Amino acid sequence: MTTAMSLFFVFTADEEDTVIDSDGRQERAKEKERKKERDRKRRRNVARRASSARKEGKELEDRPGREERRGRKKRDKEGKGKGGEDERQEEVKNDTVAKTQKNFSNENTRKLEQKEIEVVGEEDGDTEEKRKNGRPEKGGKKEDNGRGETVEKKQKKKRVETSAEHESSEEEEDEEEKVGEEKPEVLSPEELEKLKEEVDERKKLISTLRGKPWPMRKKLLTLRESHEFVEKYEGALGKGKSRKLYAYKVMMLKKWMKFQRDFENFKTACVPWEMKIKEIESHFGSSVASYFIFLRWMYGINMILFGLTFGLVMVPEALMGRPYGSMPRKTVPRADEANAMDFAVLWDFGGYAQYSVLFYGYYNSQRAIGWLKFRMPLSYFLVGVGTVAYSYMVVIRTMARNANEDGGGDNNSFNFSWKMFTSWDYLIGNPETADNKFASITTSFKEAILEEQESRKDDNIHLTRFLRVLANFLVLCCLAGSGYLIYFVVRRSQKFALEGLESHSWWERNEVNMVMSLLGMFCPMLFDVISALENYHPRIALQWQLGRIFALFLGNLYTFIIALMDEINLKREEEEVLKLNMTIWEASLYNGTMGANSTAPPITVHPADIPRGPCWETMVGQEFVRLIVSDTMTTYITLLIGDFLRAVLVRFLNYCWCWDLEAGFPSYSEFDVSGNVLGLIFNQGMIWMGAFYAPCLPALNVLRLHVSMYLQCWAVMCCNVPQERVFKASGSNNFYMAMLLVILFLSTLPAIYTIVTIPPSFDCGPFSGKSRMFDVIQETLESDFPAWFGKVFSYASNPGLVLPFLLLMVLAIYYLQSTSKSYKQANLELKKKLQTQNEENKKKTKMAALKAAMDLEEAQKARSEAPRQQRKNNASQQSYTGEKNTVTGHLVSSFVFVYPPAPRGHRIPGPLPGNQWQPAPSVQRVPNSQRHRV
Amino acid sequence: GFNSTFCTSDILQVQLSFPPPRLFDRYRDLAPQLVPLDYTDQPDVRLPYELIGSMPELKDNPFRQRIAEVFSEDGEGNMTLDDFLDMFSVLSEMAPRDLKAYYAFKIYDFNNDDFLCKSDLEKTLNKLTRNELTEDEVRMVCEKVIDEADLDNDGRLSLEDFQHMIVRAPDFLSTFHIRI
Repeated sequence: MTTAMSLFFVFTADEEDTVIDSDGRQERAKEKERKKERDRKRRRNVARRASSARKEGKELEDRPGREERRGRKKRDKEGKGKGGEDERQEEVKNDTVAKTQKNFSNENTRKLEQKEIEVVGEEDGDTEEKRKNGRPEKGGKKEDNGRGETVEKKQKKKRVETSAEHESSEEEEDEEEKVGEEKPEVLSPEELEKLKEEVDERKKLISTLRGKPWPMRKKLLTLRESHEFVEKYEGALGKGKSRKLYAYKVMMLKKWMKFQRDFENFKTACVPWEMKIKEIESHFGSSVASYFIFLRWMYGINMILFGLTFGLVMVPEALMGRPYGSMPRKTVPRADEANAMDFAVLWDFGGYAQYSVLFYGYYNSQRAIGWLKFRMPLSYFLVGVGTVAYSYMVVIRTMARNANEDGGGDNNSFNFSWKMFTSWDYLIGNPETADNKFASITTSFKEAILEEQESRKDDNIHLTRFLRVLANFLVLCCLAGSGYLIYFVVRRSQKFALEGLESHSWWERNEVNMVMSLLGMFCPMLFDVISALENYHPRIALQWQLGRIFALFLGNLYTFIIALMDEINLKREEEEVLKLNMTIWEASLYNGTMGANSTAPPITVHPADIPRGPCWETMVGQEFVRLIVSDTMTTYITLLIGDFLRAVLVRFLNYCWCWDLEAGFPSYSEFDVSGNVLGLIFNQGMIWMGAFYAPCLPALNVLRLHVSMYLQCWAVMCCNVPQERVFKASGSNNFYMAMLLVILFLSTLPAIYTIVTIPPSFDCGPFSGKSRMFDVIQETLESDFPAWFGKVFSYASNPGLVLPFLLLMVLAIYYLQSTSKSYKQANLELKKKLQTQNEENKKKTKMAALKAAMDLEEAQKARSEAPRQQRKNNASQQSYTGEKNTVTGHLVSSFVFVYPPAPRGHRIPGPLPGNQWQPAPSVQRVPNSQRHRV
Repeated sequence: GFNSTFCTSDILQVQLSFPPPRLFDRYRDLAPQLVPLDYTDQPDVRLPYELIGSMPELKDNPFRQRIAEVFSEDGEGNMTLDDFLDMFSVLSEMAPRDLKAYYAFKIYDFNNDDFLCKSDLEKTLNKLTRNELTEDEVRMVCEKVIDEADLDNDGRLSLEDFQHMIVRAPDFLSTFHIRI
C-alpha cells in the first residue's frame, strides 16, 4: 500500500510538469503549481482512503448527514449525475495512464466544475455560501498535510463532506490502483503522443455530446469525465473570468433568441385575421384561403390609398378650405334644397352628399389654403397620380416577389414523407388549434393525394383534346353572344336617351344595367357547366374559369365606360350652353342693379341662387360610387340568400322532405373562389377609375372590404361545405395578380384619358379655370419654384431629350428581360439535371442494395452449407467476404445489418430507457468482416 | 471566442439548454404529493403516464403516448425526473438536429422494431388525420412515403433513411420542439 502511495506521489510530482510543459502551457505553470500541491495532497488522501475503504468496505457510502451539507441548488444537477456508477464502470477504457491520472484529479476538477455550474446557474446566496465553505476547508487540508498519518481519519471525513461524488469513484479506485501499480513512472514520447490523441478524442466527444442519443445522466457523466480529463491535460480551460464571460454570452444568446421568438409572435399577432384565415384554410383548403389572403392584401392597399386621399385631400379641404355655403360649388342649389336631406337622395349620393368633400366638384381652385398655405389643387392632382403609381408599384412588386418564390427550386422529392413526419406542430397546446391542425393536415393530405392522382391520370388524350376545343368554342360563342347583346342594348339605350327617357317604361330605362347583371349572373354558371367537359385539374380549371369570367366582366366594364363617355359629352354640351346663359344672366343682373341705384355696391346674390354648370366630374364620381354601393349590396344579398338562406332551408326542411336535401340536389353551396376573386378585382378596378373624381371611394372600399371579410368568413364557416376535390392553390397568387395588373391598366386608361384630353368644368373642382387639369403642374413650377428650375424643366421635357431617354429605357428593359430569361433557362436546366441525377442516384442505390442483399443471401446459403467444410475452408471464406467488401463497398456495411443474425454481443445496453435491446447507431456500422465471422 | 472555450461551452449548454429548477418545478407540480422536494438521495419516483400526458404541452399532441414511452425508462410512459429532463432537453430549441431526428424516429416507430414499416406509417397517418382518410388513401400515402424515402429498397424505413429524409425537411426543426 505504501508503495502505491509513493508511486502516485512520484508520478504526479515529476510527470505532471512535463506533460504541461510539453503542451506549451508555461504561462499557466504558476497556477498549476498551486493546484498541483493541492492535488498531491488529495492524491495521497485518495490513496489512503482507497486502502482504508478496502478495509472498511462500503461503510463510507452510507455516512449519514453528508447530504444535508449540499446546497439545495445542487440537488437537481447532482441528481442527474448520481446512480451512474455502474455505467461508469462499463465505460472503463483501456487507457490506463489516463485513468489513473484522472482519478488523481477527480476531486479537484470536480469541485471546480461544481463551482462552475453554480456560477452558471444562479448566483444566489446559496452558491456564495458554498464557495465560502469550500475555501477554509482547503486551508484546513494544507495544515493537515504536515501532520501526516495521524489526521488521516479527519481528512477523510472532510473530504466526504465536501464532494459527494467520491462515493461513485471509490470502487473504481480499487481497481485502478492495481493497474496503476504496474505503470512505468516516466512517460515515453509515444505515450505522450497517445495522451494527446486521447485528449483530442475527448474534446471531440465533448463537442459532439449534445448530439448523442443518450439518457441525461449518462451524458452528464461522460461530459464530466471527459471534461476532467481534458482539463487535467490541457490545463484549466478558460478559468474564472472568461468562463463567466462565456456564461454571460450564452445567457445573452438565450435571451436574444427568446426576444426574437417573442418578436416573431408579436409580428404574427399583428397580422390581422390570421387566425380566421388559418381556420378557414384548415377546413376548406388553401384555394379558399387564398381568396381571403388576397382580400386581406387588397384591404392593406386600400388602407394606404385611403390614407393618402383622406390625409392629403379630404381633411385639408374640410378644415382649411372655405366652408360650406360660401360659394356656389359648395352649396346645394335652390331647386334641390327642399329634399337635399332626404334619405333616398342621400343614398343616391345627391343633395348634401354631392356638395361635400366626397366629390370632386366641392373643391376650390384657390391655389393655397389656410395658414399652412396648403397647395390644394396641386395636392389633389398629385394624390390622384400617386394613387395610381403606388398601385402599380405594389402590384408589380408583389408579382416579382411571387415569381422569385416560385423559382426558388422547390424540392418536392419528399413531399409525402415531410407531410407525414413534420406536419404536426409539437408546439400546439390548445385543443381548438389542435382541431384545426388535424383538419388542415387531413386537407393537405387530400390535396396532395389529388395532385398525385392527377399526375398519374393519362386516359384518352384525343378525347380530352377534342372536348377541350369544343368547350373553348362554346365559351367563345357565349362571350360573343353576350358582347353582342350588350352592344345592342347600349345602342338601344342611346336611342332612348336621345328620345327622352320619360316616354319609356322602367325596363327600357334600366335595360343596360339589368342585362349586364343578368349576364354576370348566368354566364359564369354556363362556363362552369362547360368546364366540366374539359376535365382539367381543378386548379387549372379555376384559372380557365377566372379567365373567361374576366373577359365577360371586361366587356361589362367597358360598355359602362363607353356609356359614361357619352354622358360626359352630353354634359359638356350642356355646359357650353350654360356658359352662354351665364353671361346673359350676369348681364341682366348687372343691368337690373344699374337701373335702380348706380352707386350702391353690387348686390350679393346667395350662392344657392347662382346658376351653375353640370360639373361632369362630380357626375362621374357619383356614378362610380353608386356602382360600388350597388355592387356591394348585391354581393351581400346574394351571400345571404344564396348561401345562408339556402343552408338554413336545406338544414331544416330536410326533416320533412321527400329526398335527402343535404346529400341530394340543392345541398349546401361551395365557396365560389373564382366569382369572389373576380368580384374583388373588378371592384378594385372601379376604385382606381373613380378615385380621381370621388376621393371618398377608397374609404368606401375599405369599409366594404372590412365588412365582407367578417361576413364572408362567417358565411364560409357556417353555410358552405368544402369542395369535393380540395385542391392546393398555386404556390403564388400570381394569377390573381396578373389579372389585377390588367385591370389596373385598363382602369387607369380611361381615367388618364379624361384627365389629359377633356377640359375641366369651369365652375367646380380644384382645376376650374384651367384649360387642362395638368396645368396645375405648370402653374406650380412657374410660381413656386425659382425661374431657373422652370427653365431646366422645360429643357428636360424637350422631346429631343425625352425621346432618347425613352429609347434608353426600352433598351434597358429589353436587356434586363433577355438576361433574366437566360437565367431562368439556366436555372431550369440545372434543376432538371439535379433531378435526373437524384433519380439516378436513387436507382443506383437501390440496385446496389438489391445486389448486396442477393450476395448476402448467397453467402448465407453458402454458410448454411458450409458447416461440413467449414473447418477446412475457414481461410478461403474469409477471403470471400473480403472480396465482397470491395465490390459493394460502403453500401453493404451500412445496409447489411438488415439481414444478418446480428451479433448480440456487440450491442451495448440500451441507450434509451425502455428499449434495452436497441442497438446504438454506431454499432450498426460494425465492419462487415466482423459480422460474417460470427 | 466560441472555439477556444468549446469545452466549457458544452457543459454550459447541457446545463443551460433548459433551466433545471423550472423543469423540476414543472415535474413536481404534476404530483406534489409524490415527488419530494429533496432529491439528494435519489428517491425512485415515477410519475404515471396519465399525469405526464395531461401536461398542457402534451395533451393535444397525437403522439403524446409515444413520446412518453420513448423517453421513459420502463417503456410504459411512466417517467422519472431524469426521463422528464431528457424529454424536454431533446424537444428543446437548442437540441441538435440529429438528436431530434433520432428521437423522432423512435417516436414514429410504434412497434419498436427499429424500422418504420407500413404499420407504423399507417398508425402515424391515422393519428395525424384522426382516421379521416379512407383506407385507400392511407395505403397510397404510405406507399408514397416508402417510395420516396426508402433508399435501400427493403420496403421499410431505417433510421438512416429517415434521417436522410428528415434533415432535408424545411420545417422539421421548427415543428419538432416544445417550449416549456
